[in-house]
Amino acid sequence: MAKILRAACMNRCIACYSCMLACARVNRRSFSPKLSAIQIRTTGGLQSRLVADICRGCPDPPCAAACRSGALAPRAGGGVRFKPDKCLGCRDCVGACIAHAIEFDQESRLPVVCIQCGTCTRFCPHNVLSMEESGRG
Amino acid sequence: MVKRHYLKVLDIDLTSEKVAVNRREDLTPLLGGIGAAAKLFSELVQPELTPLDPAQPVILARGPLSSIYPVATKVVAVFRSPLTGEWGESYAGMRLALAMRLAGYDAVIIRGRASKPTYLSIGPDGVRFRDASALTGLPVEETGRLLRKFEPGRGFRSCIRIGAAGEKQVAFAGVNVDTYRHFGRLGLGAVFGSKQLKAVVIFGDNSEPIPDPKSYTRVYQDIYRRVVETEIMEKYHGVGTAINVNLLNQLSALPTRNLQQSSFEWAAEISGEAFAEHNLVRKLACSGCPVGCIHIGLRRREFDRGYEFESRTLSYDHELIFALGSFLGIKYRDHILDLIDAVEQPGLDAISTGVALGWVTEAFGKGLVTETDLGTAVEFGSTGAYLKVIENIVAQPNEFYRILARGTRAAAARYGGQEFALTLAGTEMAGYHTGYTNILGLATGARHSHLDNAGYSVDQKNAPHPDPYKMTEAMVAEEKWRNVLNSLVICLFAREVYNRETVLAALEAIGISMAAGDLDSLGNEIFRLKQEVRKNLGFNPAGLTFPDRFFQTPSLMGRLDREFLNRMLSHYLAITGSTP
Repeated sequence: MAKILRAACMNRCIACYSCMLACARVNRRSFSPKLSAIQIRTTGGLQSRLVADICRGCPDPPCAAACRSGALAPRAGGGVRFKPDKCLGCRDCVGACIAHAIEFDQESRLPVVCIQCGTCTRFCPHNVLSMEESGRG
Repeated sequence: MVKRHYLKVLDIDLTSEKVAVNRREDLTPLLGGIGAAAKLFSELVQPELTPLDPAQPVILARGPLSSIYPVATKVVAVFRSPLTGEWGESYAGMRLALAMRLAGYDAVIIRGRASKPTYLSIGPDGVRFRDASALTGLPVEETGRLLRKFEPGRGFRSCIRIGAAGEKQVAFAGVNVDTYRHFGRLGLGAVFGSKQLKAVVIFGDNSEPIPDPKSYTRVYQDIYRRVVETEIMEKYHGVGTAINVNLLNQLSALPTRNLQQSSFEWAAEISGEAFAEHNLVRKLACSGCPVGCIHIGLRRREFDRGYEFESRTLSYDHELIFALGSFLGIKYRDHILDLIDAVEQPGLDAISTGVALGWVTEAFGKGLVTETDLGTAVEFGSTGAYLKVIENIVAQPNEFYRILARGTRAAAARYGGQEFALTLAGTEMAGYHTGYTNILGLATGARHSHLDNAGYSVDQKNAPHPDPYKMTEAMVAEEKWRNVLNSLVICLFAREVYNRETVLAALEAIGISMAAGDLDSLGNEIFRLKQEVRKNLGFNPAGLTFPDRFFQTPSLMGRLDREFLNRMLSHYLAITGSTP
């Protein structure tokens, strides 16, 4: 079964951003962690709890349902597949994701979508992130 | 775009509220960081004007590797130090390097003086000069909270700010960077204060495509693996820098009670291991560093009966435990955390404050300063009295405190006790008493820091057979090489990872081709440039003096001989061309 990304141990996160840099490096060929599909955030400065905005691997993804051009399609096992050449840049997917997991890249006019590749988990020095079988749907 | 044809320099004038962006082709051979900052500073500093004159510039610079390679996380600040009157150089991490990269600037120059309390907001839409009147006098924590609320760029911004100590121009006030890191030493906070500059928020969304993803990924992964999977950096992540407390104590190299001793009978109680065991609640990292050396300790305090508790989470390191612990004879971890909190919030440099308090304690004991001067009575271990003195260093209620706020050297010059004022070239000592090279390194290093040239490490390697010439040469060679690392700008904790071969590969993979010889020439050139500017600002190594205390208290190398150190100084003058 296809696996999906989990950030189960965010209490252990050190905010090193290595996951974001890895995602941007591998999937976007960019140095900018802003183009990462996983976003590490504080909840009120660095004294606060750290959280991860990630694709939750929905079995029936609202982002794909919102996509009228066929760029986003449900992926077997959860989450979506993304076909950039079909994307119109309408941002309907961004608004449809209640998990705030989709950012929009102004430069390419494309959403930054997690493809559940697991690259970020290989660059997490504290074992915060993992790929797990979804166990749902 | 990494293969750079120029460095992009943002030039901000607080007086006229004008800004300029300069594309400096001539800076590219200097890479960035300290190389670029030294050059920019040399062009703008006014040797005839005082350090806190509005015309004096502050330069902030990142390097070509910043945030795109593991542990390349620092930004350098260069300024004229109000503490020493000469060269000011300080480094800080957290998110500043990443934010500068995303904002698209290699360096930022800030000069002039704002007409009212101001903070700068530097973003993709330009530079805004914003009214900071409401932030005046606020501690660094609250200042950060309000700015985070007001400014955009969440997650990728940096907020650097001063507290009351900087505003009141205490000569050893620092600049807080994103809560847990600092431009701590040499008084950048006072320079900000003199410019009525409360804070700088910087953010951006500049995206840089990777020019050669295959080579870059290969080098990145190699460095990442060495940082995460080998033992090279384990001590920084595990116990953290505070691991040095026990180690130095065992070597008779832990400055204790104003360096009356070099080991502390309570060292185990305040050791990194004890902090980790009892206080550590989490670790944090600078953006782009998988090590996570920032150790956060919990201070839980019962403020009233009936289980009434308050708590604080504070960042601790070796230098803070030395300066606000062993150096003051403090044996309780909770008291050290209270003192850390007390220096953090108004934005004082912890090392200089601790060393100043050491002098205060002894000067008071010898009757050189009175209870009227101090407003309290101090003795080693007296945390409550120290908290009061720290408050007064910021408030400066009388002449004594106005002088103490100029630093330990100034206070000892006025009140006496220079033989036990533990400063070198006007800067309060760092937390090592290893021997000759440490003393000479702190005295001659560009920023009077143990990180300039690792004199403490040269001492440890040469302790069995000390050779004044060999030790001096090793120290100077290390300072030159570190100018290269500081141009990149990597965190020096990763210096063993970033050897010459790795530096060349990392640069090559982003389109910057250099040979090993080029790196060494660059180190030499930056060293030369800094020495030249330092001389113009009044640094005179031939006139250096060393307090008696260094020779009275045995070090790792045993009891030190002043003549031996003088031989090293003469050799330093000869090999650096500093002979008067």
